[in-house]
Amino acid sequence: MRSKKNNIFLGIDWLLVLFYFILIFLGWLSIYSATVAEDQYEIINLSSEYGKQLIWIALSIPLIILILMFDAKVYEKYASIIYVVSLFSLLGLFVFGKNINGATSWYGFGIFSLQPSEFVKAATALAMAKLVSEKMFNLKKIETQIQAILILFFPAILITLQPDPGSALVYGAFIFVLNREGLPFYFITVGIVALVLFITTLIFGYLITLITSLGLFLFILLYFSFYRKKAFRRGWLKIIGIYLMSALFIFSIDLVFNHVFEQRHRDRFNILLGKTADTKSIGYNTNQSVTTIANGGFFGKGFLEGERTKGDFVPEQQTDYIFTTVGEEWGFLGSSVVIILFVLFILRIITIAERQKSKFSRVYGYSIAAIFFTHFTINIGMVLGLLPTIGIPLPFFSYGGSALWGFTVLLFIFIKLDANRIYEW
Amino acid sequence: MKRFNLLSFSVIFISIIYIVRIFYLQILDNSYNIPTLNNSAVKVVYDYPERGYIYDRNGILLVANQASYDIMIIPNEVKHLDTIEFCDLLKISKEDLIKKTEKAIKYSTRIPSIFLPQLSKNDYAFLQEKMYKYKGFYIQKRSIREYPVKSAPNVLGYISEVNEGSIAKNPYYQIGELIGTAGIEKTYEKILRGTKGVKFIQRNRFNKEIGSFKNGAFDTLPVPGKDITLTIDSKLQQYGEALMANKRGGIVAIEPSSGEILALISMPTYDPNLMVGRERSANFTKLYLDSISRPLLDRGLQAQYPPGSPFKVISALVALQENVITPHTTTTCFGGYRYGSGAKSIMNCHCETGYPIELNTAIYRSCNSYFANAYRKVIEKYKKPYDGMNVWNKHVESFGLGNYLNNDLSVGQKGNIPDGDYYNKVYPNGRWRSTATISNAIGQGEVLTTPIQLANMTATVSNRGFYFTPHIAKHIEGIPLDKKFTIPNYTTIDKKYFEPVIEGLFNVVDNPRGTAHWSKVEGIDICGKTGTAENPHGQDHSIFIAFAPKDDPKIAIAVFVENGYWGSRWAGPIATLMIEKYLNGKTNRPLVEERMFNGSIQEEYNKQIQGKLKH
Repeated sequence: MRSKKNNIFLGIDWLLVLFYFILIFLGWLSIYSATVAEDQYEIINLSSEYGKQLIWIALSIPLIILILMFDAKVYEKYASIIYVVSLFSLLGLFVFGKNINGATSWYGFGIFSLQPSEFVKAATALAMAKLVSEKMFNLKKIETQIQAILILFFPAILITLQPDPGSALVYGAFIFVLNREGLPFYFITVGIVALVLFITTLIFGYLITLITSLGLFLFILLYFSFYRKKAFRRGWLKIIGIYLMSALFIFSIDLVFNHVFEQRHRDRFNILLGKTADTKSIGYNTNQSVTTIANGGFFGKGFLEGERTKGDFVPEQQTDYIFTTVGEEWGFLGSSVVIILFVLFILRIITIAERQKSKFSRVYGYSIAAIFFTHFTINIGMVLGLLPTIGIPLPFFSYGGSALWGFTVLLFIFIKLDANRIYEW
Repeated sequence: MKRFNLLSFSVIFISIIYIVRIFYLQILDNSYNIPTLNNSAVKVVYDYPERGYIYDRNGILLVANQASYDIMIIPNEVKHLDTIEFCDLLKISKEDLIKKTEKAIKYSTRIPSIFLPQLSKNDYAFLQEKMYKYKGFYIQKRSIREYPVKSAPNVLGYISEVNEGSIAKNPYYQIGELIGTAGIEKTYEKILRGTKGVKFIQRNRFNKEIGSFKNGAFDTLPVPGKDITLTIDSKLQQYGEALMANKRGGIVAIEPSSGEILALISMPTYDPNLMVGRERSANFTKLYLDSISRPLLDRGLQAQYPPGSPFKVISALVALQENVITPHTTTTCFGGYRYGSGAKSIMNCHCETGYPIELNTAIYRSCNSYFANAYRKVIEKYKKPYDGMNVWNKHVESFGLGNYLNNDLSVGQKGNIPDGDYYNKVYPNGRWRSTATISNAIGQGEVLTTPIQLANMTATVSNRGFYFTPHIAKHIEGIPLDKKFTIPNYTTIDKKYFEPVIEGLFNVVDNPRGTAHWSKVEGIDICGKTGTAENPHGQDHSIFIAFAPKDDPKIAIAVFVENGYWGSRWAGPIATLMIEKYLNGKTNRPLVEERMFNGSIQEEYNKQIQGKLKH
């Protein structure tokens, strides 16, 4: 028993590890293609971004070993402390932070920089897991709901203030976790209705949305009054109340959009909603990225042959827009393979999470699946021109050591927790 | 029951959406695969053909092209710049260099923009050898216009960079390209410019050009611009401009047998070369902002004046056609025409006859009473003045008056020929009679014409009843002339009515008592009519219309001199001198010529400005 426990690789899910390395490898190839310069084909090149990324990848091996060396129980035991420390690392940015591209999200260490928000995700997932696994936990209770929301609120607000609202958005991922752990479904329904109202208000204006929604609610009211008479007698006040709330919400969207938002925010939404066509300035990134993907065709242009990738036309191609390289050079075939790989990877995490006996491990696994999924959805949605320009990395693909290490930590803590399941009963 | 797994469902749902989207982008939607400026991996290079030359009717070159050299910059390719040496070479200061570079960067770091425009040929020769040293800079040759003859800027027009409005209207143009914006350059823009060739060049991953895109499947060859021969006689044009020195006004001369415009003069004029080169925008602004003498207004085409006495020709013809007078109908003039009982209801006349006069005398003495009488008879022939007015209007407009001539000139004005509806608007109760409009008879009142309309009217009379739409293009390589310029337009007046009127016009110059006898030219039978048009701004305008020779007209001309007192003072001599010059090639009246060259009405114009300033 003892000797078995000394083998740190014992019980780990090799399939997940395999996915991890495949994604990292494909990601590095894309970075290489996007950043390799004229007449410099050597692999080890510290002045280039693909060279630096290779170092980060190499250094993630000892990081993985370090994570696996700790006892799985350590993560559960110290989850709260890790969470608090991580919050302090965010607070520290306001004092020691380094400003890159307008956001103070970095600690500078001479030749390299670290972005703490990439690691806070793991800490928050641990804290959430710890909270949910407590015996008194019940999401039907309002105090529990507040506790859960506070755990998410602190990192999200600190990151928003950097300002890096894109990264803060990731904490929305936990809605999946809370739903899985018993958060009533109507929370999500409310969220979806709010989103639909938000978008329709922006596209059609508040008046039309207001009238249409009024018609819809009257229809529901009629339906209840004829077919669900009992429910109607009990609930008609509630339905009218909900409608009044929605109306208020619609008004407030209009107010916020036109009076609180700055022009740059409005521009991004307007371009996405097709209200303004703009291929030169604000919509430039999206237009370039969509054009680059379209250039790939079915089979793609081939590795290192992407004209637009090489022409350096897509801004930030090696970071947020890395998927355009895949799209152009590997075409529909390659893009689909990458997307399917991500799907299988996330589904595998969910499957493993569901088989955990420990509630802590399950919630943690579910959290990281949701986090990976959110990154995947927002990033590729933006690159494909389906979502507004929100700068968050594509896991394992985007250039950047902090992101890579952050995702590695996120994943391998879970692999370690999972490996420990054989000792759980 | 297994709980519905929202996360797994979402993962699969979203990825299906994404794969469908990628499929749509990469396979179904082809709009991204056409080479455009947006597709930055494909560089678009334009091959601009040379703009067509413009010649006068005798083959004198009026507009040619000259090379101009711009220094271009591509900011992100600028490397290791020896600033001091570079500034020295270009004769600019270091601050200038920084300012210009910043401006270029602001425009684009990747797309070339003009760093220093229009170098002289000497500077170019010197720089050319050293340019290789300066990465990111290169010299671009451009073709700009050159005007060997300093004349007729209003006819030739000019080219300028396209504005955003034109780009939005016509996708042919890109920012920075040139387009004809006035005169012949505008009306024949498409013919003169040709069609630019387009080459799509594939760039490799390092932005190096590696050959043509898809083997040149989308490339096109440039089509050179075509040369245009104008109907203008450059010698006559220049002579007219010289005669009009220091006077404002317009001259239009037309060949009656073809409608070709021999001269189109607008004064004051300017050197067309001001509209090219480095100083272009400064010069243009200066001309544009001159609201006093308005040199950019083409007075031959755009200035609307009351025609004055020359319009009596029309009054006579209409009265003859309507059978209300014959050439032998007489009227006695007692120094004015009384059309009402009021003290002011009298139209003064200076014909100084006082005995019964026939049409012929009435024309060469320019008797107001005679034509007022004739006009009144026309209107009163019909029961209602409204109908009479409309009949009159129909006749007058058949001379090409009161409407756009619909020709190949870039600007124009309608003028004004009133009809019954016009007066119903002015007098909404409908209570108006022929006497209310009596001033029309003598070309005052509500009648307005432009010099080109008046010249065309003269040509129509000289042709005895028809005209060809006046036009400026005589010949374009390989393209036949527009049909509307070769089909005659007939008036509503019968041919037989023209002879007695023309006889009167001949006497204007030939008869010793004619109003323009002083302008008679030995050996040429000139028919003409003086005019003195009142205007509210100052002195009367001096007007003269003429054609010659009487029986086989070669030239019809209308001269307008703003504030030139009376017709025979300026307009008469200028018109007859031009006829003489055109028909004989030289003039025999040095004294008259001298007086026109040196005569100035500047003082009168100054008075007007002072008058304006006072108010």
